[in-house]
Amino acid sequence: MTVRDAMEILNAKVLVGEDNLDQEVKSACGSDLMSDVLAFSKDHSILLTGLCNPQVIRTAEMLDIVCLIFVRGKMPDDTILEMAKERGLVVLWTEHRMFSSCGRLYQAGLGAGAFGGAF
Amino acid sequence: MAEAIRLTYEISPDDFTRAGEASSDVKKKLKSLGVPPEAVRKVSIAMYEGEINMVIHAKGGLITVEISPDQILMILADKGPGIPDIDQAMQAGWSTAPNEIRSLGFGAGMGLPNMKKYTDEMTIDTVIGKGTTITMIVKI
Repeated sequence: MTVRDAMEILNAKVLVGEDNLDQEVKSACGSDLMSDVLAFSKDHSILLTGLCNPQVIRTAEMLDIVCLIFVRGKMPDDTILEMAKERGLVVLWTEHRMFSSCGRLYQAGLGAGAFGGAF
Repeated sequence: MAEAIRLTYEISPDDFTRAGEASSDVKKKLKSLGVPPEAVRKVSIAMYEGEINMVIHAKGGLITVEISPDQILMILADKGPGIPDIDQAMQAGWSTAPNEIRSLGFGAGMGLPNMKKYTDEMTIDTVIGKGTTITMIVKI
């Protein structure tokens, strides 16, 4: 699916990256713990999170994630959005909770992707 | 890239908002040098975790990165409290991070295990009350 498809499935709003919605996305991960995202994420293109701080953007940057989705109506501040813009990330915002956001995307065919490997 | 490139970063203490800036800069440099994406990814994650640790636990410190044609060397040196039990610190899930750090999405006890996982070599030199130096190598 594309970022635009994910946006429509979640009734999400675009906060950053309106021009980049046609990128292909193959898999996603959802977590509020950035350490766990760094530990287990591999080749994910979407990160869903309810955590709202600059480290979310940095984590996405380190992992080459293309689209961030803030769930549960969490609204990132301007600093965070500016950082996302500088890095060419797409940022979406949805009122759906984490479980239903992930569920809807999974049901629509978005995969969980490869695991980073067990410790 | 015939000769090694050396970069140094001073990591400022207690500024969680800026934590990760050095790793972000290294990532950009590696990319522009044409280092293979898998190696860039490993360095980025390992260094970012280390940088976060220095801010959380050690009041900042100094990171030195040496980029050679065959490997990337990272030396993270701090003057923090030291690690009393390295085996325990290496266990996935073990963390001494305070609650305010946990609420920021870290302190899951995955930092050191992550750093080991994403590097080809990692050594920890630590002295209680003096500080910790972590040396990591990612082979290209």
